[in-house]
Amino acid sequence: MRDDDVMRQAARWFKMLLYLYPAAFRADYEREMRFIFADRRRDASGPFAIAALWLETLVDLLSSATLAHWDLLQQDLAYLWRTVLRTPGFAITAVVVTALGVGANTAVFSLADRVLLRPLPFADAEQLVKVWQKVPGYSRMETSALNYRDWQERSSSFDAIAAYHSTAMNLLGVGEPLRLKGTAVTAELFQLLATPPQQGRLFTADDSRDESSPVIVLSHALWQRELGGDPQIFGSTLRLDETTYTVIGVMPPEFSFPRRDVAFWLPRRFTEQDFADRNDNYLEVVARLAPGVTVQQASTEMAAIAAQLASEYPEDNRDTEAHVIPLRDELSRQSRLMLMALFGASACVLLIACTNLANLLVARALSRRKELTVRTAIGAGRERLVRQLLTESLALAFCGGALGFGVAALGVPLLARLVPTSLPIAEASALDWRVLIFSALVTLLTGIGFGVLPALRMSRGIDVSGLMEGPRAGLGGRRRRLRSALVTIEVAAAIVLLIMSGLLIRALLRVQAVDPGFRTANVLSLETPLPIARYSATAKRAQFYDHVLTKVRALPGVDNAGYISFLPLAMRGGIWPVGVPGAPEDEAPDTASLRFVTPGFFASLDIAVEAGRDVSNADTEETQMVAVVSRSFAERYWPGQEPLGRRFNFGFRERTVAGVVGDIRFRGLERTSEPQVYLPHQQVPDGAITYYMPKSLVLRTQGDPMALAPDIRRIVAAADPELPVANLRPLTDIVSAETATRQTQIHVLTAFAGLAMLLAGVGIYSLLSFGVSQRTSEIGLRMALGASRDSVTWMVLREGGAMATAGAAAGLAVAYLAGRAMEALLFGVRPGDIGTYAAAVGLVLLMTVAGCLVPAMRAARVSPTEALKAE
Amino acid sequence: MMNEQPEIASLLPLPPATFHILIAVASQDLHGYAIIQEVRSRTDGKVRLGAGTLYRSIQRMLEQGLIVEVRDRPLPELDDQRRRYYRIAPFGTEVAKAETQRLAQIVEMARSRGFATETV
Repeated sequence: MRDDDVMRQAARWFKMLLYLYPAAFRADYEREMRFIFADRRRDASGPFAIAALWLETLVDLLSSATLAHWDLLQQDLAYLWRTVLRTPGFAITAVVVTALGVGANTAVFSLADRVLLRPLPFADAEQLVKVWQKVPGYSRMETSALNYRDWQERSSSFDAIAAYHSTAMNLLGVGEPLRLKGTAVTAELFQLLATPPQQGRLFTADDSRDESSPVIVLSHALWQRELGGDPQIFGSTLRLDETTYTVIGVMPPEFSFPRRDVAFWLPRRFTEQDFADRNDNYLEVVARLAPGVTVQQASTEMAAIAAQLASEYPEDNRDTEAHVIPLRDELSRQSRLMLMALFGASACVLLIACTNLANLLVARALSRRKELTVRTAIGAGRERLVRQLLTESLALAFCGGALGFGVAALGVPLLARLVPTSLPIAEASALDWRVLIFSALVTLLTGIGFGVLPALRMSRGIDVSGLMEGPRAGLGGRRRRLRSALVTIEVAAAIVLLIMSGLLIRALLRVQAVDPGFRTANVLSLETPLPIARYSATAKRAQFYDHVLTKVRALPGVDNAGYISFLPLAMRGGIWPVGVPGAPEDEAPDTASLRFVTPGFFASLDIAVEAGRDVSNADTEETQMVAVVSRSFAERYWPGQEPLGRRFNFGFRERTVAGVVGDIRFRGLERTSEPQVYLPHQQVPDGAITYYMPKSLVLRTQGDPMALAPDIRRIVAAADPELPVANLRPLTDIVSAETATRQTQIHVLTAFAGLAMLLAGVGIYSLLSFGVSQRTSEIGLRMALGASRDSVTWMVLREGGAMATAGAAAGLAVAYLAGRAMEALLFGVRPGDIGTYAAAVGLVLLMTVAGCLVPAMRAARVSPTEALKAE
Repeated sequence: MMNEQPEIASLLPLPPATFHILIAVASQDLHGYAIIQEVRSRTDGKVRLGAGTLYRSIQRMLEQGLIVEVRDRPLPELDDQRRRYYRIAPFGTEVAKAETQRLAQIVEMARSRGFATETV
């Protein structure tokens, strides 16, 4: 009795193992195999023999089941291959459609993954935060050395807190003089980022002492590119500006902080002078949260500390708050929104690609209905048919997926411009295993999701009656409705994409139409970064400007030239508090941009001097302190009054308005800029505000500005052979860089929208032409009964039109919601912009007509006699 | 899914299991377990076909037309009603001959190179 139980148990186990085999195989041989196993089990005596039997059986079943599946796969693939050879159009369309969908998604995912999802490339990056000051009008403001020191001493939320600011120096003695961007950091910075150097060492507290010798850490790019990857570099020296630095380390190639164009890091040494002014805000602060402390807790603590400081130093810190945000969230809202819009758009493309694929498969399955019915009739089970259809759709999807990965590899470099510069991540997104997995998953979902649907639909209800239907087979109402629904979805997705890109194009046009306040055509711009040590004396600089400007203005084709501290748009900071007696008490901050200029700057950029005069070389430390202010400045402080001769406090001194000029948008085309104040380049004491010494030269020319480049280099080299010429470019480049991201984004979206339109058009076309070919006899009958060719054409057009209308209606609603969601990107264009919607609807109409035309004409050409004869 | 009869050459060399099964059913109709036992006894227990391997081979051999399932059963006293019996098909015989010849040629070649085993 117990023996029987054991036997039955063994038989049950064996039966379960048989599920490893394909169902068809099981159906044929399960019974036999169970007999054999039962016989052998009965013959086996003793625990060793039984164990051996099980082992042998397992190995046998696993290997032969795998092979049985493999046999079927080979059969199905061979069958698919034969159909592909017979009707290559179907396979090519399916593969290309999938490739486009997968490719678009993979490319956008690789970008979004890098920018939004992946942790920043630092150890425990989620603990890294930025600490910002907040003052009225500025939510993210740098802080002063004094405030930083107090934050450091009073806070307990952080493991470490560090400060840094950007700097730039001229590398000398290695080929041509070279302008390099760098960062001056406190010793804690590398410690809290916890990235070890690739070679050498990082800063210690000792390096920050005044008396220790100057040291420098290099970026991998600088070491490789400019120093040839010299392994002897450690301990040797480099000359930057007037100082000689000992190289102590090189960072790994993937390290960038705070931005990716940083070439070197210096220890920041605070002097007594740094601790003189609590309002000298130039330090950015980064910190690592102590274990268990949340961003919220840290923010609360910092707010309390800021409140303490505000009450202790009401003069300087009144209204100064502090807040903590994750380093990851340095990303602007626009960047985030833009990426999400792109992701949504690529998802739309994928949706369209998938529905198209499903449609193709359904159409093919319908046309194979007879074949499938025959095969069912001769004994192929439903499972076998579903399996075959699935194998086919998966095989096609995987070919498409592989091709799509290639498409993504081509597309990713084009998207690189969309990686925001504000995050310490590399620009080039590599297609790594994460992206590959994403791509494979999308492909798998496409293949299964959109292959299963037609497979199940087709296998259901296949019976011998299929054989008895004539050529009218395949017009099952439900299946046709499914296909129409799929096409409607395509149209809807296409219209959403069209409207999204249309709205963004309108927004771009608006941004491009913004008057920056200066004329960019035929202006050459460049920087001659004067090293502070050698040029700290105002007279020395004046001599240099005079030399260069005189020579440059004498060049043929040069109308005017002038120097300024920073070019508009190239540098957006440099905002100083303004003291005007009787200034309006309102929300707007009393601040203005500070720039030192030489005579000729306004003329070079065609900025109108509306009242008074330009700065002059006669404005010196010995004469009255003057300033040229922008119109908005004059209007804010002396509305309706004469601004000339008015006095105000700015840049440590009281100044008198000598001229009024037009406003410029130095902050960017898409935002309002503070009023501007320009000071004569000589009205500053030696060694003061040296960061603002004029370094940028602009020249208005008559012809192609770049043609002057060699002459300019020669003139600068003659004036100072150790001075690099940096960022030599037409001024138009700087302005068009403003819209570069928008343009790339629009290119991508428009490409997606165009693709979507094309695919939706193909969807309409293939559905209708398939319908017409399947209904030839019906159409013939209608015509025989007196229907005119026009009415037959109409019948087809109406069908296409109905799908397009339904799709468009759904699409318009979704597009409006999408438009609302990305309103921040639209620069004032309304999310319900009628013109854009009309254009999108018009395009869809055109596409529908194009998609319907051929099938409609084909329907009209149906000959009633021929069609009825075929019955 | 019955395939058309393939070329003999395209089936060679035969997988060992297939050849053993052909030999086993060459002279008599056998059911699965009998084939396993037959192969085992002919090879002195060296070749032990598992049920999975057996039926996967049988499935392919049926498709290739090497064997057929027999409808007319053996003598009632030898018959096991539950089971399916297989018999070599004429095409199977041809393929088995071709395989034998192929192997013989190889053996011949090996002998001529001095690989002849000493006769015991």
